[in-house]
Amino acid sequence: MSIAPSAARQDAERPSTRPSARPRRRKTAGWGATPWLFLLIPLAFLVTFTYVPVANMFWYSVTDWDGLALEKGFVGADNFVSIFTRPEYFRVFAVSLYYLVGAGAQLILALYFATLLSFNTRFKNFFKGVIFFPYLLNGVAIGLMFLYFFRPGGTLDSTLAIFGLQDPPLWLGDPSIVNISLAATSVWRYMGLNFVLFLGAIQSVPSEQYEAADLDGASSWQKFRFIILPSIRRILGLTMILAVSGALSAFEMPYIMTGGANGSTTFVIQTVDTAFRFANVGLASAMAIVLLVIVLLITAVQRKFFPDEKATVE
Amino acid sequence: MTTTERATVSPPQRTTPASHTPRRRRADLGFLGTVLKYASLVAACVAALMPIVTIFMLAFKTNEEYRTTGPLDAPSSWLNFDNFVTAFTQGGMVTGFLNTGFILVVSITGTIFTGTMTAYAIDRFRFRGRPLVTGLFLLATLVPAVTTQVATFQIINGMGLFNTPWAAIVLFTGTDIVAIFIFLQFMASIPISLDEAAMLDGANRFTVYWRIILPLLKPAVATVVIIKGIAVYNEFYIPFLYMPSRDLGVISTSLFRFMGPFGSRWEVIAAGAILVMIPTLVAFLFLQRFIYNGLTSGATK
Repeated sequence: MSIAPSAARQDAERPSTRPSARPRRRKTAGWGATPWLFLLIPLAFLVTFTYVPVANMFWYSVTDWDGLALEKGFVGADNFVSIFTRPEYFRVFAVSLYYLVGAGAQLILALYFATLLSFNTRFKNFFKGVIFFPYLLNGVAIGLMFLYFFRPGGTLDSTLAIFGLQDPPLWLGDPSIVNISLAATSVWRYMGLNFVLFLGAIQSVPSEQYEAADLDGASSWQKFRFIILPSIRRILGLTMILAVSGALSAFEMPYIMTGGANGSTTFVIQTVDTAFRFANVGLASAMAIVLLVIVLLITAVQRKFFPDEKATVE
Repeated sequence: MTTTERATVSPPQRTTPASHTPRRRRADLGFLGTVLKYASLVAACVAALMPIVTIFMLAFKTNEEYRTTGPLDAPSSWLNFDNFVTAFTQGGMVTGFLNTGFILVVSITGTIFTGTMTAYAIDRFRFRGRPLVTGLFLLATLVPAVTTQVATFQIINGMGLFNTPWAAIVLFTGTDIVAIFIFLQFMASIPISLDEAAMLDGANRFTVYWRIILPLLKPAVATVVIIKGIAVYNEFYIPFLYMPSRDLGVISTSLFRFMGPFGSRWEVIAAGAILVMIPTLVAFLFLQRFIYNGLTSGATK
């Protein structure tokens, strides 16, 4: 594909060095309204469907609105107080830990397989395709597939029986296991994306570097440590933040597979249920804001540790 | 296998001819490493394919077979398409594919226009407020979409779009920031001298956008079509929330509704899931390279 990402990106990183930037500024001085004509519709969409909802959320979060009533009663910080003090709301944060561990495993697996396939490998494209393919599948199809996989007497139980393991637990029925099963399903679904991103970054390293390392007698581990790891530092940082915020906002797999039953309710399931099932838009908005703030904080921390990430779009 | 292994370990052998023991140890290690490598790759493939293969087999079983055979047993006939027929006709899959197709075409077209226009304005103009606009688009990527539905719902409802396909269409069109970044990246590689030459010939900004930029952006458009297409095809929650009517089922929500009426007929559910996955498989086989590149350029926004 001719998108030539590296060249284009480098260009975008340093727009000031583009020779024509200066004359262009002068030339477009008389065209004050034109860019806004191009931006009119996109900005209208952006404001209507992103910023107005976020602003409204802040407003709703200090009310007891049910989503229908014409009047919204002001309750101050009550909604936020209940999120952090009532255990049934707070407990769902513990569920996120399963997904965080899952996200860690997912990154390690993705890095491992990306590194393996960056060396000479037979059937490379086949392996790459198979490992990546689950990421493309429809979430509902994956959910149904894994309901069958985990059900009593299903695929997993039958496979374990071949290895002589009888009396398997209820993978989705036992509250102490259900989150592990669901987090594993998420790993199955999303690992392929991280893997392909890592592989792309590793393969953008010029092959001379590996050849030089070979001549110097570097081991595979040394090549990984000193060539591969530095080359994917940026994408690794980006993926980590996506994985962490993805783990905190885990929603689709548990919602489709269990609907939040047996202690598998995540923070986002709790939020949408509060809003749309229990008609407490005020409280749900407060929960959404808590999540938003956490995600923003994590992003800020990541920017601090992986700076220059954002130079891409100037 | 042996050739690759030898290729990777031979250079170190050549550079350390004096010591014999380390060389042999390293060669042993290399062989063991190769075995481990392929073993783990095969294990990954088994893990990736096992859930798919078992429901594929299940889709060809009769209800009788489903109850009497294990998940790992092959069906007695690979030509039993009854479940697919049931899923397709009784499961609302036809409506699902039609609705998904309509939403897909309209929202992708919309995304291309809004995305290219935004990228054109941001990349080719210097105007007051430009940093602000860029910042607004950047900041929007950080907002987790599912949670803002709490408030977005009120807006869609207020616009009278609830329970119409337009609810999904405006949301898919309006919030695609990744597409904008892909266009921005690509546009930066189109020389500005082209714009300037056209303008010297008397073209205005709209002509430049329509006649020069848009045609040259074709590869980026292809990328956006692919990754947006996959995202819209797989989206579950937005149609689920905004289009509860049965006639408005898209493939995700139609398949989700299988769990009710077909609750005890797993062979039909399996057939439905396979039907949904077939277009994805076909698209993947034909567009692999574009998909990989598209995701790589989209994720590094």
